[in-house]
Amino acid sequence: MELKTKVQAEPGRQEIFITRHFDLPVDLIFRAYTEADLLAQWMGTKVITLENKRHGSWQIETSDPNGNVVFKANGVIHEIETNSKITRTFEMENTGFPIQLEYLTFESVSDETCLLTVHTIFKSVTDRDNLLKMPFAFGLSMAHDRLQNLFTN
Amino acid sequence: MNLRRDVFQAIADPTRRSILLLVASQAMTAGAIAANFNSARPTVSKHIQILTECELLHQEQVGREVYYQLNLEKMKDIADFIEPFRQMWDARFNSLENLMKQHKKS
Repeated sequence: MELKTKVQAEPGRQEIFITRHFDLPVDLIFRAYTEADLLAQWMGTKVITLENKRHGSWQIETSDPNGNVVFKANGVIHEIETNSKITRTFEMENTGFPIQLEYLTFESVSDETCLLTVHTIFKSVTDRDNLLKMPFAFGLSMAHDRLQNLFTN
Repeated sequence: MNLRRDVFQAIADPTRRSILLLVASQAMTAGAIAANFNSARPTVSKHIQILTECELLHQEQVGREVYYQLNLEKMKDIADFIEPFRQMWDARFNSLENLMKQHKKS
């Protein structure tokens, strides 16, 4: 079976491409990225700010089951076109990792399917490789957290 | 006990993952690490000890201070270079798809 989510990270390059086919119309995927309550649900994080406009800012934070904030990220939206694209910066607070630039492209494939491409540019090849080695760095949420919540609540 | 499993248990804790992120770009002392958390210092020390025991952190003595640094080789051992990253996004996009399928119906 072909993988629905693909990651392309060529050696020696400071960028990655994540592609995902969805069995949903493009407008629903765009909404999942631009409506704060929806974004919070699928990312498993709290959305503090989400200004969907040129030079608008966004801010998220994730807490552990005890309410301690364990992850904070923010950035600025540079371009936004409904059902088409979002260009934004991504900064993980208190980590020392340089700010990343993300190009999100939403493409309709048919009335009921679409393709999302996330093209991320890192400051250096080393920064990219270090982050790829730590997948949990992106939001610090894992399926495990949700399991843990089920057991502790 | 299986070491591989130990490593996964080590990174399953959110505080320990935060510690790994903190030291990923620079070596830090236990005190400097603890200063980033609201938890009591002994709690943070315990987390650092677990990460050191499963070799995710290296200890380095500089004068009177002990600095902790990420052991990238060990992180790499956890699994193939890209696969965990891909799986993380795959799981996240699956949640997105499930969520929006519910919205479509309602």
